[in-house]
Amino acid sequence: MAAFLARFLRNRSAALGLVLLAGVLLLALFAPVLFPADPFSLAGKPMSPPSPDFLFGTDTLGRDVAAAIAHGAVTSLMIGFVASLAAVLFGTVLGALAGYFGGKVDDLLMRITEIFQTIPSFVFAILLVAILSPSIQSVVIAIAVVSWPPVARLVRGEFLSMKSREFVQAARTLGMSDGRIIFQQILPNCLSPIIVAGSLMVATAILIESGLAFLGLGDPNVMSWGFMIGAGRSVLRSAWWVCTFPGIAILLTVLAINLVGEGLNDALNPRLRERAA
Amino acid sequence: MNATSKSRSPVLEIRDLQVSLPTGGDRLFAIDGVSLDLHEDEILCIVGESGSGKSMMARAIMGLLPGPMVFASNGEVRFEGNNLLAASPAHMRDIRGSRIAMIFQEPMTALNPLMTIGQQIDEVLRIHTKLDRAARRQRVLAILADVHLPDPETILSAFPHQLSGGQRQRAMIAMALILEPRVIIADEPTTALDVTTQAQILQLIKEIQRKHKTGVIFITHDFSVVAEIADRVAVMQGGGLVELGKAADILNRPQQPYTKALIAAVPSLRPRAPSVSGRREEVLQAVGLSKTFSSGGGLFGGRKREVKAVQDVNLTLRRGETIGIVGESGSGKSTLARLIIRLIQADKGEVLLHGTDFLKLNSRQVRSERKRIQMVFQDPFASLNPRYKVGHIIAEGMLLRGTPKIEACRRVNELLDLVGLDRKSADRFPHEFSGGQRQRIGVARALALDPEILIADEAVSALDVSVQAQVLRLLADIRDRLNLSMLFITHDLCVAAQVCDHIMVMRRGEVVESGATAEVFAAPKHDYTKALFKSIPGRSWIAAKDSVL
Repeated sequence: MAAFLARFLRNRSAALGLVLLAGVLLLALFAPVLFPADPFSLAGKPMSPPSPDFLFGTDTLGRDVAAAIAHGAVTSLMIGFVASLAAVLFGTVLGALAGYFGGKVDDLLMRITEIFQTIPSFVFAILLVAILSPSIQSVVIAIAVVSWPPVARLVRGEFLSMKSREFVQAARTLGMSDGRIIFQQILPNCLSPIIVAGSLMVATAILIESGLAFLGLGDPNVMSWGFMIGAGRSVLRSAWWVCTFPGIAILLTVLAINLVGEGLNDALNPRLRERAA
Repeated sequence: MNATSKSRSPVLEIRDLQVSLPTGGDRLFAIDGVSLDLHEDEILCIVGESGSGKSMMARAIMGLLPGPMVFASNGEVRFEGNNLLAASPAHMRDIRGSRIAMIFQEPMTALNPLMTIGQQIDEVLRIHTKLDRAARRQRVLAILADVHLPDPETILSAFPHQLSGGQRQRAMIAMALILEPRVIIADEPTTALDVTTQAQILQLIKEIQRKHKTGVIFITHDFSVVAEIADRVAVMQGGGLVELGKAADILNRPQQPYTKALIAAVPSLRPRAPSVSGRREEVLQAVGLSKTFSSGGGLFGGRKREVKAVQDVNLTLRRGETIGIVGESGSGKSTLARLIIRLIQADKGEVLLHGTDFLKLNSRQVRSERKRIQMVFQDPFASLNPRYKVGHIIAEGMLLRGTPKIEACRRVNELLDLVGLDRKSADRFPHEFSGGQRQRIGVARALALDPEILIADEAVSALDVSVQAQVLRLLADIRDRLNLSMLFITHDLCVAAQVCDHIMVMRRGEVVESGATAEVFAAPKHDYTKALFKSIPGRSWIAAKDSVL
C-alpha cells in the first residue's frame, strides 16, 4: 500500500489532481459551516459584482454565488460518486456473469448491454429524468443507467481472459462454487481496471448532472452548479460572475478527478510500471 | 566430429564478453567474461538452464541487446576482422541476415503474419542483393526445396498461419540460409516443436550445415538435443562459462560437477520397475469417453468445423498405479484429463469412481466428490492465484469443506514439509518463488484434500531439466508414500519412463497403443509409437549413459 502511494505520488499531475479534489471535498464538507444560511435565500442586492461581502457576487435574485458554489459542491460530488458506484457495481456483476458463464448467458446479457449502448447517453438521461420527475434520486438513477454498459464490457473482457487461467481451473477442481470463483478468485485480479474506469466515470457523471441541471432537470430543492449556470446565462454579459464561477468549479473538479484517474491507471497498470523502472 | 576444426582459423571469436544488467537485479552481469571460438563447418552448442545467459550471447553477437540498460560493457566479438560490438548500426544491419543469420524459437511470432512466405524470403534478397525479380524467385524456390518443404510453389504464396509448426520452422531456416551466411545462430529452434518434428528439424539443420559449411551456434537447454547435433559444447551457468570442449568429451567424460549434474538429470530411457504387484482394487475407470469440439456456426449460421478431440477412450486405473498418457500437441491428452476431472463436459462415456459415474452427478455432488481427484497443472506461473498467499492457496480446499482454521494451518505445515518447502513459505506470495518451487506448491494444494487420484498434466514440461528431475522424484515419492493412483500426462517418453507403470500413446484423439511401460519400451507395436521412439533426441547417447549406470 505504501509502495502504491509512493508510485502514485511520483506522478506530479496525479498529486496535483489529488490536492484539487481534496480542496473540493473540504469545501463540500464545510459548506454548512462556512455558509450556514440556505443558498436559495436572498442575501443582498441582485447582480452585485464580487466584493468583500460577497466574494463571488450575487445572482439575478440576490443569492450569494459563493454560498451556492459551496452547497453545489455537495450535490455534484454526491451525485457523481453515488451514480458511479451504482453503475460500477451493476456493470461489474453483469460483466462478470457474462464473461464467466459465456454461451447463452453471455449472448443475452451482451445484447441487453448493446441495446443500452445504442441510445445516446445524454438524451437517454434526459428522457429518464423527465419520466421519473426531477429529483436527486431520479438524477442518480438516470446517470447510473446510462453509465454501466462500458463497465460491463470491460469486466466481461477481463473475465474472459481470466477464466481460462489454470488457477481458476484449480479452484474448480477443489470443488469451489461458481460464486466463490467469480468473487474470490477472479474479481480481485481484475480490480485495477475497474477502479480506474470507475474513477474516471465520476467525472463524466458530474458533467451529466450539470448538464441536466442546466436544462432545468435537476432537483429544484437542491443547489447545483449546472442550475446556477442555467439561471445566469441570460445575464452573461451584464453579470459575468454568475456563470463564470460555477463553470470554473465544474472545470477544476472534473480536471482533478481525471488527473487522479490517470494517476491510478499508471500506478495500477503493471506494464506501464515496468516501462518506468 | 571434425578433427580439422582446430587447425582452421575461427569465423567468430568472442573474447572476454561481458554484458551488464540494470542495477538492482539479482546479478550484475548477464554474461561475465566468456571467451569462445566458432569455426567454419561446425555446430557449437551452448547449453544452460534458464537464466544462464545463453540467449543473451546470441543477442550480443547480433547486436540486438535490449539497451540502454543491458549492454556489452567489455570484450570483443570478432567477425571477418571487425569487432561487432564497436560496429556502426548501418554496418550491423548489413551483416545481420547476410553474413550472420538467426533462427528463433517461435517461428509463428518471428514471421510476419501479413506477408506470404515467398514475400518474406524475397525481402531479404531485395535488401541485400541486386538480383532481378525472376532470379530472386529462382533462388527462393531453390532454397525452399533445400529445406525439404513439399511443393515449393504453393509454400511461396502461403501465409505463416497456413503452415504447420515444423513447416514454419523450415521456412525460417530457408530465410536464414538464403544469403549463404557464414554463421547461423539458432536460439532454441526446436523447443516449441513436437518430438517427431524436432527430430526432422535437427536432421535438417545438420544436413544444411554440412552442405554449406556454415558455422552454427545452437542454443539449447536440453542435453539430449546436444547429443544429437553438437560438434562442440559450451556449458554456461549464471553468465559464466563452466566447461568447453568436444561433444564426445563433455557428454561422456564431463569434468565439472555442474555439467555432471545436468547430464545426470537427463531422464533415462530405462523404464522403472513396476511398483504394483498383483491385481489391486480399481479406483477409476473411464469407458468410451468422447469429446468433439465445434467452432463457427452461431446465430447467423456459417460453416461449422468439428475437431474430434477425444474418441472412445477407455482406461482403468488401479490403486497405487501410474498410467502415462503420451502424445504430441493436439493428440487430445490434456482434453482427456479435463474430461475425467469434469473441467470439460464429455459428449459420451462414463467415468466410474468406485462404481459411481462421476459425470452423472449433480453440481452439488460433484463439488463434494471432487476431493477424490486432484490435478497438478502445467504452467507454474498461471496455476496459482497471484493475489493470495501460499498458505491460503493450499488451505483453500480444506476451508471450503469446513475444516477449522487451526487444523488447516497444521495441515498446511505438514504439506509444506512433504513437498520440501520451508514452512515460512505459507506467508509469502506466489511471485516470490521459482518455477520448481511453485510446482511444489501446486502439488501441496492438490494433496491437501487427501485425494485418491492425482492427475499431472504436463506437470514438469515447463521446468528446467534439473528441476524437472527433482519434481519427478517428489511426485513418485509422494505417490508411493500415500499410495496414490496417478494419471501422468506428458509429451516426453523419457519422462513417462521414469514414473509410469502403464503407458497409453494417443494420436488425434485416439489411443493407438497401450501396455505396461517395460513392454512398450522393449517392443513398440504401433508405427506411431515406433516413430516417437525414433524421434527421441540423442537416444543412442542416453542408452549408452543408461548402461554405464
